[in-house]
Amino acid sequence: MNRRNFLRNTGFVAAGSLFVPAFMKPLEAMALDELSLYKNLVVVQLSGGNDGLNTVIPYGNDIYYQKRKSIAIKPEEIIKLNDMQGLNPNMAALQEIHDQGWMTIINDVGYPNPDRSHFRSMDIWQTGSDSNQFLSTGWIGRYLDSNCQTCKFPYTAIEVDDSLSLAMKGQTKKGIALKDPAALFRNTNDPFFKSMLQNDKEHLDEDNLGYLYKTMIETSSSASYIQNTSKIYQSKSTYPNSGFANQLKTVSKFISSGLKTRVYYVSLSGFDTHVNQIGQQGNLLKQYSEGMAAFLKDLKSNNKLDDTLVITFSEFGRRVEQNASNGTDHGTANNMFVFGGKLKKQGIFNAAPNLSDLDTGDLKYQLDFRQVYGTILDKWLDVNNADILNKKFNTLDFI
Amino acid sequence: MIAKDNFFKVKHLYNRAGFGISYTDLEKLSRKNLEKTVEHLIETSQKDDPIALVNDYESKRQLLAQAGLYSKKDLTDEEKKMRQQIVREQNEVSRDLNIAFVNKMINTDAPLREKMTLFWHGHFACRNNNPFFAQQLNNIQRANALGSFKTLLVEVSKAPAMLQYLNNQQNRKGKPNENFARELMELFTLGRGNYTEQDIKESARSFTGWMYDKDGSFIFRKNLHDDGTKTFFGKIGNFEGEHIIDIILEKPETAQFIAQKVYKFFVNDTPNDAHIKELATTFYNSKYNIAAMMKKMFTSDWFYDPENVGTKIKSPAEFLVGLSREFYVTYNKPQVLIQLQSSLGQYLFNPPNVAGWPGGQSWIDSSSLMLRMRIPSLVLNDGEIDFSGKADPEDEAVIALSRTATSNANANNKPKSYVNANADWPKFLETLPKGLTPLALTEFLLQPKLNTKITSMVSDNKGLRSTAVEITSMPEYQLC
Repeated sequence: MNRRNFLRNTGFVAAGSLFVPAFMKPLEAMALDELSLYKNLVVVQLSGGNDGLNTVIPYGNDIYYQKRKSIAIKPEEIIKLNDMQGLNPNMAALQEIHDQGWMTIINDVGYPNPDRSHFRSMDIWQTGSDSNQFLSTGWIGRYLDSNCQTCKFPYTAIEVDDSLSLAMKGQTKKGIALKDPAALFRNTNDPFFKSMLQNDKEHLDEDNLGYLYKTMIETSSSASYIQNTSKIYQSKSTYPNSGFANQLKTVSKFISSGLKTRVYYVSLSGFDTHVNQIGQQGNLLKQYSEGMAAFLKDLKSNNKLDDTLVITFSEFGRRVEQNASNGTDHGTANNMFVFGGKLKKQGIFNAAPNLSDLDTGDLKYQLDFRQVYGTILDKWLDVNNADILNKKFNTLDFI
Repeated sequence: MIAKDNFFKVKHLYNRAGFGISYTDLEKLSRKNLEKTVEHLIETSQKDDPIALVNDYESKRQLLAQAGLYSKKDLTDEEKKMRQQIVREQNEVSRDLNIAFVNKMINTDAPLREKMTLFWHGHFACRNNNPFFAQQLNNIQRANALGSFKTLLVEVSKAPAMLQYLNNQQNRKGKPNENFARELMELFTLGRGNYTEQDIKESARSFTGWMYDKDGSFIFRKNLHDDGTKTFFGKIGNFEGEHIIDIILEKPETAQFIAQKVYKFFVNDTPNDAHIKELATTFYNSKYNIAAMMKKMFTSDWFYDPENVGTKIKSPAEFLVGLSREFYVTYNKPQVLIQLQSSLGQYLFNPPNVAGWPGGQSWIDSSSLMLRMRIPSLVLNDGEIDFSGKADPEDEAVIALSRTATSNANANNKPKSYVNANADWPKFLETLPKGLTPLALTEFLLQPKLNTKITSMVSDNKGLRSTAVEITSMPEYQLC
């Protein structure tokens, strides 16, 4: 990249103009206002390997009850979606969402030669790699790298957290992690931080020091942009009192205040339920469902639901047979949830998991998770998925 | 009067080959000629002082108990409790081990050996829940850090931590598991593109039977070893693991691959082919003597070229260790070191995958940079930290267990924590020459050349202490 390019890609003419008001609304952003089809993607990560079979329960299959003697959910408690599958009773909040047609469940999503280590499998899901391939960039990061018309701002991708996940890191561009826009704004307006940036033209170079300054400038500009755009917005909706719901509330605030961010990333952890699963997973699914339902209804009331797509994944599902501690061990394929106001196929997308055709006790995957990513990249984010995923994946018909 | 030129060279040498240098030592070494200083550096790093935190006997008892529990199908409540207890103890000791490694780097008087250990820690990247195995691998990397790469490679390959991590424990005659064989060539020696899938298959067969026993010691199980004829890189024989390693080391591509990685770690993110070639040749000709290659590097003029000085982004380990070493910091709650590593993206003993940490610019994003710039004031001025960071995926089971029944367990009303560290300011100030100006201190603490902005920010009427906090909070301090 030459110097001119570098300056252009930062989105400003020079750092010196950083604190002048014109900077708050860069030229590109104004042009973007005219793009009517502004779509958001929200990625929800359930960390620890959520037990998909006790989430979307194949109650119509006897094998489920045979393999899960002490942790199976009784048929009468299940929120039935069709003759075969239904939701865990702790997910009651999602019934209404399902009935509105805002929800799709994709069964058996996985990848060839699955890895049962949390870390490795999470790595694979976040980078979109093959199971024997090591990528140092994430799939959303590479989307940022592609520098498409709608993804060139430093605030194109926001993770509502203290630190940034690998999924959000590209080679040249990275998303931004923040839990509290006001706190980040305060930090970047700290006199010392500001003095480091002021009148600093000599550092806008391509080397590592230039990269550090570029990151500081972008952080500072993003913090101002996010804070100034979203601070006036007041949500009228009530959210449950949980950390997860708070993350979603922040995302809703950003979306509803018209932030030109395209991708949001949030996570909920604690799903590694080897022991006494029922209560633990139940609490988490309740938090998840109640938070999600509040979020989707909030978006609906702000007319943003049609422009928003939410996906939920976990690094793997769990084995079909329960273990001796009333829990489940690491498995393979898992279901994914998709939410939005413009779903092409609503309800259950594909056949329920086949519990009689297993690979040494584990579900066989029907769909590669990169087909789901590929569909979103092609049809929602308007980029060619082969450019991001390193090979072309067939798209699916859920959007 | 010391030669300014030599002063900066020695400072650069100790920042890259170690974790920085005190002003007193820097003045002393600047008076010698540079080659003597490099020899001194290697000489002082001869001593191998292993980490002896994890108790051998206790770990073996746990291993045996664990093996017994895992082979049983239905556990009694008593046995379940015992298993949980072992996992809990292991997690605790694993955290202590991490802190022991960090403290070793902070306090070492063999800086090059520890820096090389950190290098091999990333090169032979491995995760293992068993702290005894993890300590053993770390000690292998330390003991051979400057010795023969062949010995290092063989010992790493036989270490239970690696045998388990790369599934060689499951690699047996008739049912080969190729994981170890593939990473051995792709990541540890030759690099991608220098071998075929057939080479992987044949070498996997050769490593069948390389296992560890219930005690956690390496064992070659002849009955699980495939002793048939293998063809590896055109050679035919009844190869066993060590033969494969010998054949791999005969290939100059291995020396080239390691030299390139060393160059990127110690010299510059951007490889310089001519310089790497020099290192690779020295390495290969010395029969893979690591110290010989390092000496060649540190005595080459190009090592001190301006483009190689103050231009590398410190890894989180280098940043935290360097800061703590410089200011003689003690951590009253050392747990915070783990939180910081994890928030900055380099949780030692927990690499993202077997390829290790990608390094360079990937260390830096908006949140990690903001945190790095705040850490000096937190550590040196005992500030408050409102940064909770993410859970490590391996800790999920613990989180799942510790979750309370209330649904707001995750609510963000966590108490704020303090870094709770003490810098030994009197000791630090004592190492500085009398009358040192804030500007001269800045020149000492920063590796990049000072520019007009920094010189104007550092004024003479500020005390040395506040100057130091300010300087270490600058983006320039992220470079070495």
